[in-house]
Amino acid sequence: MVPQTYYIALSAVLFTLGALGVLVRRNALIIFMSVELMLNAANLAFVAFANTYQHLNGQIIVFFVIAVAAAEVAVGLALIVAIFKTRQSIDVDTMSSLKG
Amino acid sequence: MTQVDFYVLLPLIILVTWACALLLVDLFIPKERKWLTALLAALGLALTLGFSLSQLGLENTGFKEMVVVDGFSVFVNALLLLSGLLSVALAYGYLKRMGIERGEYYTLMLFSISGMMLMAQAADLIIVFLALELLSLPLYVLSAFARPRADSEESGLKYFLLGAFSSGFVLYGIALVYGATAATSLTGIVAAASNGPLTGSGNTLLLTIGAALILVGLGFKVAAVPFHMWTPDVYQGAPTAVTAFMAAGAKIAGFAALLRVFATAFPSIAADMTPVLQAISALTMIVGNLIAISQTDIKRMLAYSSIAHAGYILMAFVPYGNPEVAPVSVAAGLFYLVAYALTSFGAWSVVIAVEQKEGKGLAISDYAGLGRKYPALAAAMTIFMLSLTGFPPTLGLVGKFYLFRAVIAGGFIPLAIIGMVTSLVSAYYYLRVVVTMYMQDGEPETEREFWLGLTTAGTALVIVIVSLVPQGLFTWASEAVLRLF
Repeated sequence: MVPQTYYIALSAVLFTLGALGVLVRRNALIIFMSVELMLNAANLAFVAFANTYQHLNGQIIVFFVIAVAAAEVAVGLALIVAIFKTRQSIDVDTMSSLKG
Repeated sequence: MTQVDFYVLLPLIILVTWACALLLVDLFIPKERKWLTALLAALGLALTLGFSLSQLGLENTGFKEMVVVDGFSVFVNALLLLSGLLSVALAYGYLKRMGIERGEYYTLMLFSISGMMLMAQAADLIIVFLALELLSLPLYVLSAFARPRADSEESGLKYFLLGAFSSGFVLYGIALVYGATAATSLTGIVAAASNGPLTGSGNTLLLTIGAALILVGLGFKVAAVPFHMWTPDVYQGAPTAVTAFMAAGAKIAGFAALLRVFATAFPSIAADMTPVLQAISALTMIVGNLIAISQTDIKRMLAYSSIAHAGYILMAFVPYGNPEVAPVSVAAGLFYLVAYALTSFGAWSVVIAVEQKEGKGLAISDYAGLGRKYPALAAAMTIFMLSLTGFPPTLGLVGKFYLFRAVIAGGFIPLAIIGMVTSLVSAYYYLRVVVTMYMQDGEPETEREFWLGLTTAGTALVIVIVSLVPQGLFTWASEAVLRLF
């Protein structure tokens, strides 16, 4: 039996990695994957806590999150594809037409 | 599920059903008659507004305490639906003129508004998360609506990446709060935090971190410093009608959720949260107002002004743990939200009137000569700028008065002083627009369009009239927040 704290620690590490990825990486697709990593870190935490408390709530929430993440993928990939068609690149550093 | 459950969510259900139906109906509306879609969207919003107001005085929870209807939710919903109606009025002519008249625009807007309404009614953290996504996803698409225009696409992607990033924070915060209290419903969290078997120092720490992460996530949504970096880019790149909708709607919804979650669920950690809120509020006012000074683009200037106003509204949250001051201060916050929403819609309607194709007419220097050539439009813009600054006789002044009074009553005098000084600073860049309009020569071009003109004139009139008799609105706001505490 793996102690619950290990799961929470792992989820915290995953969340941090995801957040770092968003801040450090420059490819829109990889930033997006890092965001997904953050969401899944939260999912892991939910499941671990649900297991500790012997609740179903936490596990049900994960289903909601998965559904939301799928919707986000649909919108996000559509945006990324549209941008790629216009400028042949999805590097966020080249997106600097807006500034002041 | 019982009838009561459905009655609690009735306005929302009507709006979502209407939006789904509109999506289908729009398929059969030919391209040259898209005004019909706009009309139908406005009808749906008006219908929902009617049902929402019929819930006035109702206090109930539904779906196992997941959603709630009370004075606060009715107040916020009415404000959101009004913003929706104004947005349709702004969008109708603008979309046609910019050649992006597609029916999905209105459907997406209705979905986004339903997310905002759900946010105001959420009584469970997971509903807060779902509502946040429901309001954000259509907004990402709307920001990129003018594709293949590069700046609009760029604004959509930036908003999407940072919005998804921030909802990650909200979700992880919810997970930690759930870990600390074994509950996600707001009442369950309070119960566990105050007297449950779970009170221990470890759990309190977990709860505090969770609440802080939720604050970060929602801070992104309402554009509070230091989570504001996306705002100017997104506001500038998005089609102006979308920006107007975003500036009012997303902010109202974000603050509504922040308010309900913190006031209902986290009073036990107020001692830790109040200094943080105070710092964020002060920073937001200072940074927003200072950077706005150097802007030459009107959309960017209004974006920084919206950041600054988020700071003023955040002031209302600072004393949230003090049961004597909190109701007055939150009511003042709600009042300020109304004042800000109306004024910002007015200002954006003038920006839309002056904007020309291909991003022309967006520099502040393009407003030169407006006072001589279009005196009515310039007069309206003057009223909006004065209201944003907080000059009499406008709603902005009354809102700031209530806000500063509440904050001083709560004992946060330095914060009130920062608020007043930054308001003085803001006069510089707001009045610069007025000076440009009246004192400089130029040949500005404007669009004349009935619904746009009606929005400009209507908001200007309401701002002046309500500022002379503000008591009624403030009483309503006070009654609305009464049950929160």
